[in-house]
Amino acid sequence: MEFLLAIITGLLYAAGLYMMMRRSLVKLILGLIIIGNGANLLIFLLGRITKGSPPIIGEHEKLLSDIYADPVPQALILTAIVISFGLQSFAIILVKRAYKVVKTDDLDKMKATDEEV
Amino acid sequence: MKTIILRTASNYLLPILLLFSIFILLRGHYLPGGGFVGGLIASIAFVLHAFANGLKDTKKLLKIHPGFLMPLGLAIAFLSGLLPVLGFGEPFMTGLWLEYPIPVIGAIGTALFFDIGVYIVVQGVVLTIIITISESA
Amino acid sequence: MLIAILAGILFSILLLFIGKWVKTKLQLLPALLPLGLFIYFAQFFPAIAAGEVIEQHYNWVSSFGVNLSFRLDGLAFLFTLLITGIGFLVFLYTSAYLKNNDYLDRFYGYLSIFMAAMLGLVLSDNIMSLFLFWELTSISSFFLIGFNNKSEASRKSALWALGITGIGGLLLLAGAVILGIVADTYTISEMVNQKALIASSPLYILIAIFIFGAAFTKSAQFPFHFWLPGAMKAPTPVSTYLHSATMVKAGVYLLFRLTPVLGDNTFWNTTLMLFGGITMLYAAIHTIFRKDLKGILAYSTISALGILVFLIGLGTKEALLAAAVFILVHALYKATLFLVTGTIDLSTGTRDVSVLAGLKKIMLPVAIAGFLAALSNAGIPSSIGFIGKDLIYEGTLQLPNNVVLLTSLAVITNIFISYAGYLVGVKPFLGKLPERFEMTKTPEIRLWLPPVILASLGIVFGFVPSLIQDSLIKPILSSVAIDASDIHLKIWHGFTPVLALSVTTIVGGLLLYFLLKPTDKLVSFSNKLEVVSPKSIIEKLISLFETFSGWWTRVFQNGYLRNYVSVIIFVAVILMAYRLLQDTSYVIDYSSFSKLTVYEVVVLVIMVGAIFFTIFAKSRLAAVAASGVIGYAICLLFVFYSAPDLAMTQFAIDTLTVILFVLVLYRLPKYLVLSDYKQRIRDGILACSFGGLISVLALEVLAQPVNEEISKFYAENAYILAHGKNVVNVILVDFRGTDTMVEISVLAIAAIGVFALLKLRLRGHEREQK
Repeated sequence: MEFLLAIITGLLYAAGLYMMMRRSLVKLILGLIIIGNGANLLIFLLGRITKGSPPIIGEHEKLLSDIYADPVPQALILTAIVISFGLQSFAIILVKRAYKVVKTDDLDKMKATDEEV
Repeated sequence: MKTIILRTASNYLLPILLLFSIFILLRGHYLPGGGFVGGLIASIAFVLHAFANGLKDTKKLLKIHPGFLMPLGLAIAFLSGLLPVLGFGEPFMTGLWLEYPIPVIGAIGTALFFDIGVYIVVQGVVLTIIITISESA
Repeated sequence: MLIAILAGILFSILLLFIGKWVKTKLQLLPALLPLGLFIYFAQFFPAIAAGEVIEQHYNWVSSFGVNLSFRLDGLAFLFTLLITGIGFLVFLYTSAYLKNNDYLDRFYGYLSIFMAAMLGLVLSDNIMSLFLFWELTSISSFFLIGFNNKSEASRKSALWALGITGIGGLLLLAGAVILGIVADTYTISEMVNQKALIASSPLYILIAIFIFGAAFTKSAQFPFHFWLPGAMKAPTPVSTYLHSATMVKAGVYLLFRLTPVLGDNTFWNTTLMLFGGITMLYAAIHTIFRKDLKGILAYSTISALGILVFLIGLGTKEALLAAAVFILVHALYKATLFLVTGTIDLSTGTRDVSVLAGLKKIMLPVAIAGFLAALSNAGIPSSIGFIGKDLIYEGTLQLPNNVVLLTSLAVITNIFISYAGYLVGVKPFLGKLPERFEMTKTPEIRLWLPPVILASLGIVFGFVPSLIQDSLIKPILSSVAIDASDIHLKIWHGFTPVLALSVTTIVGGLLLYFLLKPTDKLVSFSNKLEVVSPKSIIEKLISLFETFSGWWTRVFQNGYLRNYVSVIIFVAVILMAYRLLQDTSYVIDYSSFSKLTVYEVVVLVIMVGAIFFTIFAKSRLAAVAASGVIGYAICLLFVFYSAPDLAMTQFAIDTLTVILFVLVLYRLPKYLVLSDYKQRIRDGILACSFGGLISVLALEVLAQPVNEEISKFYAENAYILAHGKNVVNVILVDFRGTDTMVEISVLAIAAIGVFALLKLRLRGHEREQK
């Protein structure tokens, strides 16, 4: 399974990058989202995956024992997911605003600096 | 999107979802859940309500602009970290706990208030973003 | 000794407060500083003459071997006396020369800092602190050359000087670091003991090249010499102090100082002889194409520096003795000539040697000083210059090979140098006084006493060389590890070949003086050749570099986002591929992996489908929906692999993102097909190779053992320390609470950003386009 996950992580990265290199604004943002997903998955995978034992201490126990999923990458990813929402919404709005001002969806036409607009 | 069914349903769904989000928030220290997820669920509840009844109704319901939730939540989170410094001379963010657990919620400590702060900030952020965008769309 | 070195810097700070009095009443106060320092250093006279070495050590950055260790030996002693002694006279002279200047206090400040830096340079026994002071001299000289900062030419010259000597400084740093590593010490006096080790090191050539670069730039050797004539834009006291007597000798000092460490080596000797030889001849011949007094002096100074480098290159005992004496000789007569020039310039308002004449009527003391200096410069018997010149010829004559070539080189150079000396020290004072100068006033005492003192010293030492023989010259040679006991400075050697050469020089110089008149014709002739001079070549190189930088920026900073992404990814791919493909074992241990189940495979298949759908979807809505599916699929993966918190969060966020997109999307334009087939293929290959490398990387890491220490700590202490059982949540709100605090602040900032972007009104030009 880890093998397939590694492949799919690579696929997410590739897809995200490809989308980022297109000239359409919407595709750029979709690319960002996909790369973000890929990164989360990569961290998750590298923290080793464990089935059926979440990092939650049992009712009568005082500490995690035996096999448990690593809580550290999970905490990292949790914040990353929430932060990426902030980033994505900001990016989406930026695109919208840029579209309003420049009136083009073509990134290549946005290369002028502020003074030239 | 203003169908009768959805509107009727959302009137009941909103309180239920909000209760659920608080439940998720409070149990977060022991079981899956916590401030982040709770805050997101609460904001989804409001977004759903806005879809069904229109943004105006939702804003009326909220009374204040969700933007004010952000400083409120940040203040709560910060004060929960500051309490040990001011009251007990311990380092910033030291966890302090009541001696006896309270039924349903469990042990009460500064971490709980911190999580409540997170819950409020997340709600404020998400609602601010969504409302701003739908207003100007 | 530390206080003495830093006194100049402390004084310059003091000047910030007492500056306004220095400008008016206390004009002579600053001169007390170098005088005091001169007396302080002069008290070491008996000790140095007795062959002692005074050392002082202060720990500074010991862990790097960088310390403030100071060492006063013969070589340093000569320089300290020159720095403080000539410094005193220059300070004195300045008080009259820049009497009514608004920024006199500032000038003294720069000059004091320079003096401190120069003292530190010659006294440092640690090569790192030497470098530090070296740079400080460059910087303070920048301010001094550009002192007249309203003139563009002077600002430009200052920048040139800083640029050239600054590059040299960096080379010195490089050389010093390598030298320190090879010798395992940064202390110069200890390096001497490591000579064999350094000479056998493969890095020897590199060290020597770096040190040469530093010395040649500082001491204005060909082809880096041109900053020195440019630096003549500085007020004359600066030219006197920095550009003849002290700073430009720093390079020579460095070579001299390192001779016992790096010297006695074919590469060292040949290079120095070559560069010194070219410089001395090139600059000496250049003097005849100048009619500006300071220009003439600048080139004769370069030539003299060339002689010094040349002598150090010869490396024999006689040559080093000649160099030691010549440093003193040159400082005395050249400083005098500069001061004389300054006085002439100040009184008559011109430095054009072709119009100046007959000034002895007006300024007899100055004329005497100039005359004496010219004597010493020309090496006429009874002056110290004669001794210096004799020693140079002795040095070249006793070489094992190339005697004729090198000796005649020295003779020709000296002929031109003495011509330059006559031109500056004699010509302006003889002949008929032109009418335009008849109203010129006699300069005040502070403008003629310093040159007279310096020039007379040259004659006194010439008559009684024993005055300096034991106390100054011999310790210098001892400080470069040469036995100096049998040295004897003499005026009269008897009828030897050396005497014949000296006579040739004097006669040749006089002949040139009478035959050649500086004219505009000669000046314009040399201006024609300016195109091929090192200066214009370097200028051309600089402009080429600017063109290149412009091109480079236009290519890479072209404003196309996807180009930035492609370039970054391309480089990342190459770097990662190089590293990964080198070490990868290509063996995947499937047994360590968890088993596949049907659910997982279904989720993965959905994911792959969603990814491809996102990429190739024709409509935006479909693409957004597909990207939502990717998110939900990841959510399911989190469920499978024991991350319920993540699954919940991912689910909520994914929902919100899709809502967000839908809200905004229908206001955005439809997809356009903008790229052609080729571009898509190219980007596809690049993206796939990066993705592939990420996969390889992930598999590589999975093959490595895990460090479980951190997660173990949290697992064991979550309940005990933080009373929580959901470890992920405990980490977020308790163990790493401060991080989360910052994170929610970032979220809030993002929300405020969104709010601001949409709600704040469009301004100015944006509104017009609406």
